[in-house]
Amino acid sequence: MAEIHPRLELKGITKRFPGVVANDDVSFNVKPGEIHALLGENGAGKSTLVKIISGVLKADEGEVLWDGAAADIPSPKAARALGIGMVFQHFSLFEALTVQENIALGMDEAVGRRELRKRIEEILETYHLPLDPSREVHTLSVGERQRIEIVRSLIRTPKLLIMDEPTSVLTPQEVDRLFEILRQLSSEGCSILYISHKLHEIKALCETATILRGGKVVADCDPKQETAKSMAELMIGANLKEIERREGTSTGEERLVVEGLSVPGDGPFGTSLKNISFAVKAGEIFGIAGVAGNGQNELLEALAGEIPAPKAEMIRIGGKPVGRMGAGARRRHALAAVPEERNGHGAVPDFSLADNAILTARQRIGLVQSGFIKSASASGSARDVIEMFAVKATGPGATAGSLSGGNLQKYIMGREIMQNPSVLVVSQPTWGVDAGAAAAIHQALVDLAAAGSAIVVISQDLDELLALAGRMAVINEGKLSRTLNVADVSIDEIGLLMGGVHGEDDQGEASHAA
Amino acid sequence: MLPRLEPRREPSRTMQYLTPLLAVALTMVAGIIVFTAMGHDGLAAMKEIFVTPLTDPNRWQDLGIKGAPLIIIAVGLAIGFRANVWNIGAEGQYVFGALCGTGVALATWGDEGWWILPAMCIAGALGGALYASVPAFLKTRFNVNEILTSLMLTYVAIQLLYYLMNGPWKDPQGFNFPQTRLFETNQLLPTVIPGTLVHLGIPLAIVIAILAWIVLERTIVGYEVRVVGQAPHAARHGGFNSKRTVWLCMLTSGGLAGLAGIFEAAGPFGQMTPQFPVNYGFTAIIVAFLGRLHPIGIIVAGLVLAISYVGGEIAQITIGLPDAATGMFQAMMLFFLLAVDILVRYRIRFGAPAPAGGAS
Repeated sequence: MAEIHPRLELKGITKRFPGVVANDDVSFNVKPGEIHALLGENGAGKSTLVKIISGVLKADEGEVLWDGAAADIPSPKAARALGIGMVFQHFSLFEALTVQENIALGMDEAVGRRELRKRIEEILETYHLPLDPSREVHTLSVGERQRIEIVRSLIRTPKLLIMDEPTSVLTPQEVDRLFEILRQLSSEGCSILYISHKLHEIKALCETATILRGGKVVADCDPKQETAKSMAELMIGANLKEIERREGTSTGEERLVVEGLSVPGDGPFGTSLKNISFAVKAGEIFGIAGVAGNGQNELLEALAGEIPAPKAEMIRIGGKPVGRMGAGARRRHALAAVPEERNGHGAVPDFSLADNAILTARQRIGLVQSGFIKSASASGSARDVIEMFAVKATGPGATAGSLSGGNLQKYIMGREIMQNPSVLVVSQPTWGVDAGAAAAIHQALVDLAAAGSAIVVISQDLDELLALAGRMAVINEGKLSRTLNVADVSIDEIGLLMGGVHGEDDQGEASHAA
Repeated sequence: MLPRLEPRREPSRTMQYLTPLLAVALTMVAGIIVFTAMGHDGLAAMKEIFVTPLTDPNRWQDLGIKGAPLIIIAVGLAIGFRANVWNIGAEGQYVFGALCGTGVALATWGDEGWWILPAMCIAGALGGALYASVPAFLKTRFNVNEILTSLMLTYVAIQLLYYLMNGPWKDPQGFNFPQTRLFETNQLLPTVIPGTLVHLGIPLAIVIAILAWIVLERTIVGYEVRVVGQAPHAARHGGFNSKRTVWLCMLTSGGLAGLAGIFEAAGPFGQMTPQFPVNYGFTAIIVAFLGRLHPIGIIVAGLVLAISYVGGEIAQITIGLPDAATGMFQAMMLFFLLAVDILVRYRIRFGAPAPAGGAS
């Protein structure tokens, strides 16, 4: 084959932020039509690198070559002009506008309505994407929303498409569909830079992989030749630690019982919870899987008491009806909760860790006396959490916002676990957390269950649930599937449930809705 | 090179304290320019407004008299503002509270008893709280914006005042002037420094500010207010009820505004007249922000605004500045404060983009 310039070549890219080198002498190249994986943990520097390629940030050192020529990419607009398309993990869509209106808003140049409609329909047809351009975005599933972002990129016929963690919001079946589209694009000569930390996906899809750790390239490899374990170890830089299972106590009484829980959704874009029932025994970890936005946040808030249930009997802790109680009263009944969003929900970013201890631990640890805050006790309790859970922080006076995601999550988890809850509900416990912290959090959950607490883990990460939970269920559009035993469940079955295909009795309705 | 604004990594503490001073300084500079352009001696005008009230011992008591209601109202408003409860109608609660206290004064007119003045004060505070409960109810029950309801109710209170002055409460011996009879001695706030006009409301304003400081910083109620304001979602997670916080903040700010109202009626006025509303309730919003929503800062800010009131009066007499000048100064102060507040989160840089280390 004749010498072909790589579509994109990075040479010695370095980017420093105060106190941290996000990218340190990063070099790699992406050939035309190649599906190239960029692999690394959260904080390894993937996002910074993508921002440099897409013109959001400027590298301190090093150069970017485009089709063999040095390229200056001062702005996202310039990147688009070169032919770089991006699909981000978090979509930027207006819920109240239609698909086509959202696409029109993302265009750099004005295109007539009919002309745009024609181009959108051409793309939908070429790539067999089921999507109705006149639907309003809030009526669409997450997978469909992602298709809007893909169409948005494809409408400019990009030469390089950057996909940032595209599958974290998709069901296994939707992931397969996405991969078909990406392979088709690749066969047409469009390069794809695929960013992920999901190893089996990279093995399935990518031809080459660049692995980043701590801002540096630690390996270039062929994912098909590597095992998931070997890539994970390159990514993390250490041998993976297995979770120590402690069996034996999960035969206790039913500690948390949810029966027929229905809660209306908040506003036109909220998800209603419909007739949810499950029971968790003392000493058991119960998993709830599902694609993001199917009622997980609502379920956590309903269990934590942030949204009261319509009837007291719908939620029982140790036999006691608590459905009508608020979050404070439920904490006094030894229920603790950790929401998905750390900053602004689980913790107040501008408050110190000591003040954040008061937020949820004041009742059970006794941080308030006759209306006055016991600041010394609050600091002491924060210091205990920092020590017990190895939180990297300057001390109880550090603001929550100054901690990294993983450390703040460890702090929040620690704060709840230190209260010795009899029921703990956690949502996305390791979302955006580095592998070391994730392992620590998983171990803490297993230990807490072993000590006799009932734990509910709501997560999008199936691997996490399969590793932790004994039994699980799947939430879809606010409905919870029947309970499955993790030991004898197949990924396919979970995938179907995540996509909204329920058991026998529900099938007709579900396929009708789809 | 053009100066550019660059986001700071975290809000600057220095700037948080410095921007109120900067706002006052900019107001003075702008004042000099405006008044010079109008044909006055700008520098002299500024001196009369901002310096004379401080150098003339005869005006010190006026500073206290003007400052006290501003401080009392602003402390209440600041508690609400911290919790993102925007009570803009303190003027109405101030008037309504004063009317309730006046009602007690008129009903007990001619009676003896130590309890009359305390009863007037309690009626004033309750009246203000009652008036603020209307926006609180509408907010918590129907999610109606409290900015609009509290502001609009101000005009209702003022019309009610006019009605009472022209009808039911008119002084029978008042030659048909629209005002109430003068309060009796036992219905007036006692003076704390003999021979001056310094009434009990002035030291009480300082006490109220200090109490509010303790409540905000040391109690769980203050914690609730801060957490609801900074992270409402986290507050709900922590078991705080945001509706309860709205009620708490509206009733507190309304009650303090009402208390300031009856202090004013039973203090400097000594009766109720249609001239009673002098926009203390609105000026207190400026005081609250200039004081950084901190009770101690509000004491200082209350003094600064009191200076602008007193200085405005002096300048009217000595150099014939228009009456509107005071209001203009106060508005400029808030305007400049809001403008320079950007420096808390951003820094000004000249020249090329920052080298490594300074990026977002």
